[in-house]
Amino acid sequence: MVALSVKDLAAAYRKNVVLHDVSFEIKAGTLTGIVGPNGAGKSTLIKSLLGLHPILSGSVSFFGSPLEKVKKRIGYVPQRGSVDWDFPTDALDVVTMGLYGQIGWLKWPSKRHRQKALEALDKMGMADYAQRQISQLSGGQQQRVFLARALVQDADLYFMDEPLAGVDAATEKAIMITLQELKAKGKTVLVVHHDLETVEDYFDHVLLLNRTVIAHGKTEEVFTPELIAKTYGGRLKLTKEGMGYGHLVKQ
Amino acid sequence: MAILLSSNAQWVLVSTFLLGIAAGLIGTLSYWKQQSLMSDALAHAALPGIVLAFIVLREKNLLVLIIGATISGLIGAFCIQWIRSFSRIKDDAAMGMILSVFFGLGIMLLTIANRLPGGNQSGLESFIFGQAAAMVKQDVYIMSLLALVVILAVVLLFKEWKLLLFDPAFGQGLGLPIRFLNGFYTVLLVLAVVIGLQAVGVILIAALLIIPPVSARYWTHSFKGMLVLSALFGGFSGAVGTLISAMGSGWPTGPFIIVTAACLFLTSLIFGLEKGLLVQYLLHRRQKRSVSPKPIPPDWGMPPKVREG
Amino acid sequence: MSYTAWILLTASLVGLTCGLVGTLLILRRMAMMADAISHTVLLGIVIAFLATRSLHGIHMLVGAALAGLLTAFLVQWLHARGVREDASMGVVFTTLFAIGVILIATQVGNAHLDVEHALMGEIIFIPFNVTQLPVVGEVPLATLTLLIVTILVIALILLFYKEWKITSFDPALAASLGIPVGLMHYLFMTMVSVTAVASFDAVGAIMVVAMLITPAAAAYLWTDQLRIMFVLSGLFGVLAAFIGYYTAVWLDTSVSGSMAFATGLIFLVSILLSPKYGLLGKRLRPAQGEVK
Repeated sequence: MVALSVKDLAAAYRKNVVLHDVSFEIKAGTLTGIVGPNGAGKSTLIKSLLGLHPILSGSVSFFGSPLEKVKKRIGYVPQRGSVDWDFPTDALDVVTMGLYGQIGWLKWPSKRHRQKALEALDKMGMADYAQRQISQLSGGQQQRVFLARALVQDADLYFMDEPLAGVDAATEKAIMITLQELKAKGKTVLVVHHDLETVEDYFDHVLLLNRTVIAHGKTEEVFTPELIAKTYGGRLKLTKEGMGYGHLVKQ
Repeated sequence: MAILLSSNAQWVLVSTFLLGIAAGLIGTLSYWKQQSLMSDALAHAALPGIVLAFIVLREKNLLVLIIGATISGLIGAFCIQWIRSFSRIKDDAAMGMILSVFFGLGIMLLTIANRLPGGNQSGLESFIFGQAAAMVKQDVYIMSLLALVVILAVVLLFKEWKLLLFDPAFGQGLGLPIRFLNGFYTVLLVLAVVIGLQAVGVILIAALLIIPPVSARYWTHSFKGMLVLSALFGGFSGAVGTLISAMGSGWPTGPFIIVTAACLFLTSLIFGLEKGLLVQYLLHRRQKRSVSPKPIPPDWGMPPKVREG
Repeated sequence: MSYTAWILLTASLVGLTCGLVGTLLILRRMAMMADAISHTVLLGIVIAFLATRSLHGIHMLVGAALAGLLTAFLVQWLHARGVREDASMGVVFTTLFAIGVILIATQVGNAHLDVEHALMGEIIFIPFNVTQLPVVGEVPLATLTLLIVTILVIALILLFYKEWKITSFDPALAASLGIPVGLMHYLFMTMVSVTAVASFDAVGAIMVVAMLITPAAAAYLWTDQLRIMFVLSGLFGVLAAFIGYYTAVWLDTSVSGSMAFATGLIFLVSILLSPKYGLLGKRLRPAQGEVK
């Protein structure tokens, strides 16, 4: 089954076209890494798909339906830096926010909702921090709270914007275990990812993006030195001995 | 129109013209410092200083009032900086607080000053909306002179300002005294605001610093070009606004100056060559044609409903 | 009720409503938007007056709400076209305000609508302009308007509590959950405008900014919980009303100015003494340190 289908999508930021001719299909039950250089339009792509950024042209469908009909089946984890962590609230409360769409208008979150949120926090190893003011959490802990909030939504399709940026090793591991579990349950997950070294370990599918789709498919087929070079246009600076794309550095 | 005939009126015109130029120049610096609303906060913060200077001296000497306003404005600027760096209160809230609390203090003092002998006739109220017609020759001289000081300071230190605004770290590497320049900028900003208080008023003087640079932005990308245009827009608004307000008896000067500036802004917004609506519309149409040969659904232009950042 | 009691009640209602609305203003980082709206509301009042030739409650409220919405819309519109948000605010509100002042100076004349009155407010005249209500008897018109607005504000905050919370904290997530972020934004702008105009008679256009922002900013330094911040902010607003009134009586000066100044005092005490985020509080507990 196709979880997400994108056809000829184009989007502009101010005067510049940042995405053009973007077309791809994501099969349900896959874990896909969206990889590309800075300014490639990765975040813009996610925002455009979710209707948070205006698109110039093209069409998007989720499980064969337009966004409006399936909003409840879609979960979104924004970049950690996109919110104000000084906001007067605690970790549990932030996770409960993931349920606001289901709770509906004029109703207050019940004990059952809070219990559900607590379970999600527990799953991310954050149960002890439930009552902690969010500004008092470390970067990794904040990211876990964000992930717990996505879990509690119990969506079928998740979009995550750089969930592994600036987190500690333990958090990275916890998050990846969670993502694998989601996949095992048949959920579909799209992750914007910046660290080329871990792509092969983490994702079964890769979408190479630089303003348009350079390549998309199974990791072993697509994540090749040639295609990476094409995506990064020789600007690749990362290197690691023994890695397949080490020789690409500064051609 | 009788006012046009007197030589005093011509001088007033020259002084508001110079004021507009000074405001347009320093406003451009504020724009690039991303502090457009700072001038608004400082203008309001100047009010208690004006009234206190009057209470102490018991006469309306513009130079003394300006000194009082400058001190009080600088205290306001310091408070904003202090709140911002020592608490979790954000920029905008700090500015809003200083603006309104200082203004409240100013009104308290103004009420008291009006009870003092001679206070009621002092015309201190004219500082709120500005009354250029109430200016005497000495006021005009002081205002013009100080405006010239601001203009010269911006022009002579042109390349230093440029570095300060675009790459302060690099400037520091070159040995530029960044801290001093930042302090000097704040002094100039306060000065530009307070000399305009009598002509334009506490509430609207900020607009004379904000609107011209925003309008200039629609015509040019260069910093120098923006400074020149902004100064011209400011000067034009100052002079024309004063002229119009002189046509009716008791018409406040400030609002007319600002509406003139706003008309220039509207013209720039629509016809501006760099980012004007007309140019952008044409560009957008071409862009979409190149992106997709298919007809575009009509609802493409909906702005995102999500706050950025 | 006595003259003083009416004034204190009115001032307290201003403090309470502004404190509640202000909490959301601070958290949504829209403090300067309050400044902008409180100014442009003047244009709404003038136009409502020119259209209906009356200065009565409901016309003013509708005019103000429309002016506030227009401001919010124009700021957003310019911002979407590449003008930085603070700059577009500065352009919009000063221009609309200037038009308002010009209309008053040229069209209305000082007899009916007084600019200075609108700017400074005159709470001491409020008890003289009364209306007859069943059961209660004579009630000052401004107080009645404020009471209705306060009830409305409290109801809206309680009804949409979780929506306010999520759209303030994470608008992107809220939008992805299907919560109408834009609609909530404009509803909130309407609340700010209506609050501002209801407080006009009492404290005027500029001091209302102090009532809106400062008590909420002070409350922000005392607590990490939204509920408590709402309550504290409202309380601080009422406290400022009392301190302001008695200071004004003592010094024989403007009540609205003193109220604005009192909010500043409350903030000063908070920033110095608050155990959580105050300067002294931090110094007393150096062990905890600052996270980030």
